[in-house]
Amino acid sequence: MTPSDTSPHAARYPAGGLAFPHRDLLGIGQLERHEILFLLDEAEQWVALNRQSAKHVDALAGLTIINAFFENSTRTLLSFEIAGKRLGADVVNMHAAQSSVKKGETLIDTAITLNAMRADAIVIRHWSSGATGLIADKVDCPVLNAGDGQHEHPTQGLLDALALRNALRERGESAEDFTGLNIVICGDILHSRVARSNLLCLQALGASVRLCAPPALMPVGIEAMGAEVFHDFDAALDGADVVMMLRLQTERMSGQFIPSAREYHHLYGLTKARLEKAKKDTLVMHPGPMNRGVEIDSEVADMIDRSIITRQVEMGVAIRMACLDVLTRRARGVDGWEEAA
Amino acid sequence: MKKTAPVTICNATLVTPDGLLEGALRMEGGRITALGDFNADGGNSIDARGKLVAPGLVDVGVFAIDKPAFHFGGITRAALMPDQSPPLDLPSRVSYISKSGKPDFWVHPLAAATRGLEGREIAEIALMREAGARGVATGRQWIGDSGVMLRLLQYAAMLDMPVIAHAEDAALVGEAVATAGEYATRRGLPSAPVEAEAIAIARDLALADMAGARLHFRQVTTRAGLDLVRRAKASGQRVTAGVTPAHFMLSDLATAEFRTFARLSPPLRSEDDRHAVREAIADGTIDLVSSGHDPRGPEDKRLPFSDAEPGMAGAETLLAMVLSLVRDEMIEITRAFELVSTNPARLLGVEAGSLAEGHEADVVLVDPEKPWVIQSSKMAATAGNTPFDGQPTQGRVTALWKGGVAVEI
Repeated sequence: MTPSDTSPHAARYPAGGLAFPHRDLLGIGQLERHEILFLLDEAEQWVALNRQSAKHVDALAGLTIINAFFENSTRTLLSFEIAGKRLGADVVNMHAAQSSVKKGETLIDTAITLNAMRADAIVIRHWSSGATGLIADKVDCPVLNAGDGQHEHPTQGLLDALALRNALRERGESAEDFTGLNIVICGDILHSRVARSNLLCLQALGASVRLCAPPALMPVGIEAMGAEVFHDFDAALDGADVVMMLRLQTERMSGQFIPSAREYHHLYGLTKARLEKAKKDTLVMHPGPMNRGVEIDSEVADMIDRSIITRQVEMGVAIRMACLDVLTRRARGVDGWEEAA
Repeated sequence: MKKTAPVTICNATLVTPDGLLEGALRMEGGRITALGDFNADGGNSIDARGKLVAPGLVDVGVFAIDKPAFHFGGITRAALMPDQSPPLDLPSRVSYISKSGKPDFWVHPLAAATRGLEGREIAEIALMREAGARGVATGRQWIGDSGVMLRLLQYAAMLDMPVIAHAEDAALVGEAVATAGEYATRRGLPSAPVEAEAIAIARDLALADMAGARLHFRQVTTRAGLDLVRRAKASGQRVTAGVTPAHFMLSDLATAEFRTFARLSPPLRSEDDRHAVREAIADGTIDLVSSGHDPRGPEDKRLPFSDAEPGMAGAETLLAMVLSLVRDEMIEITRAFELVSTNPARLLGVEAGSLAEGHEADVVLVDPEKPWVIQSSKMAATAGNTPFDGQPTQGRVTALWKGGVAVEI
């Protein structure tokens, strides 16, 4: 139903299953540049489908996808659920509250249980860094990381890249990749898996990434990952093509990291006045959920020509469809994908 | 002590406090009765050609009594950390534990410094000393309250007991499971600044100096921390330092792929700190190397990295890792046994840890070149949580006597 040769850029990556030789999607860190581009290109067809009134194919008909979320989520869970259903799969959501699955063998046991139920793909969100990799070792089907602790959130990194590429193209820029772009990520970098996945993804596609946060919210040694570190938001915004705002992850904070939300907004809130210090066409992104009036003002979040926040959400479904489609091709015996990963 | 026939080990290279000595060693009535060149007639005779005869290892700061693993590693005595369930904070518990390994293994309990190891109220240290405690330990944790720590050090100084401290500033460490830096950041692991160790050491040195106490840092793992210890020693302060092989063999690179066998406390450090530990072993800043033996099964280790318990099963690999420093020409063979036998025994104030007439006959026969592969799945320990899994190494204990009695290994 969705062979890779329908892709407009098939020449950019190896043929068939070699275009994406991984069984799982655990992090952007495991991906090559051409593999990222492959997933982005694959997602374009689903962007188009999702804009039709009948948004359904049966590519994954008969397959069972389990969304196992060990941490609360609304938008990511919904996005994965919609993605699976639009591809025709049977989608089951498992909510495992942190309190009920606290420790011990339970996580491994859960993985073994899901495996015994013959899931065809498992989507996992967990509060602990590396947890999805641990589960992936225990199951026979593809595992998609929907966020593990403070480590990675690869589909978020991919959807942000897709949303940005899409917006740039709409503006008439060729946007093959992000070479030459200055992208600012501002907010709680320390606790953010989104920041890590975005940093890796945007850099792989050629962008220069600036990270901005107060010192307490900036992870030590992040410069070694190639980012430029700022504590002064105005300085970071100078010449920025894109600014991505992150919320304060108070649920992950033990102890006080900032004096108050009011003071944080004063120093790091994206206001209209501050945005004017960047470029006249600087794009604004936010992975959500937003805390309006803290890290971003409503008038910025809702700017029609500059904010691509709702586009990010839209691209999220398409990217997840692409990931589910690609990762299940081997099991489905799609032409050129038969060999084991 | 059970009466046994005298045993003579002949043609041996003896590791003595005065250096290597060719000759024989005689054990009789549980004690070493003769060393070197003597008439070796009578009793059983063992030919030790090509092997070293060395004092049994004394392992300070283990978390479990795991005899098969200790015997495999040539360890004849261990000082048990108070971090047991329940903690060793009462004389009755200390008394019970102090007899628990006999006859073929001796346990020297370390008394909990504070009740429940909570760092607030000083425990009954004098009574625990009577019950067999050989030192006072703060446990896995630093005592955050400087007032409590000072009074503890003063009290221990009065009793002439060493205080064995854990050197990590607790407030800086919090829930951290890694050392702050590139690798922790890449993996998204909660991390604490490396300076947490030096800050703790600086405070404890100052307090111990005020109190006139004997202070031992169970593990010093950073360049800055070692510099502080080096300076304190130079100024004449009664301080000693230990480390486990993990911190001179591995750096935080070993936590790649979220390998929980490399989840340790203190966490693994940078390559630079690893080299600093090796230098400190060579220059004498580090006095002893111990195993930190803490066997942990899958229920503690087959978990996401942050949720896993820290610790490694180290008893079996302790000697081989220390002997690797000899092969790397960082230390002499005699220094190796000072690190694992003599100095730990001296810290605990027990008559062991060196081959000397009249000492308890805790003796090991070591083939220092014997090659073997460390295999997690085939260990003698109750769990195989070694960060050295799959690593080829050299040096094995081939025979062991505890109190002159041969122990099956």
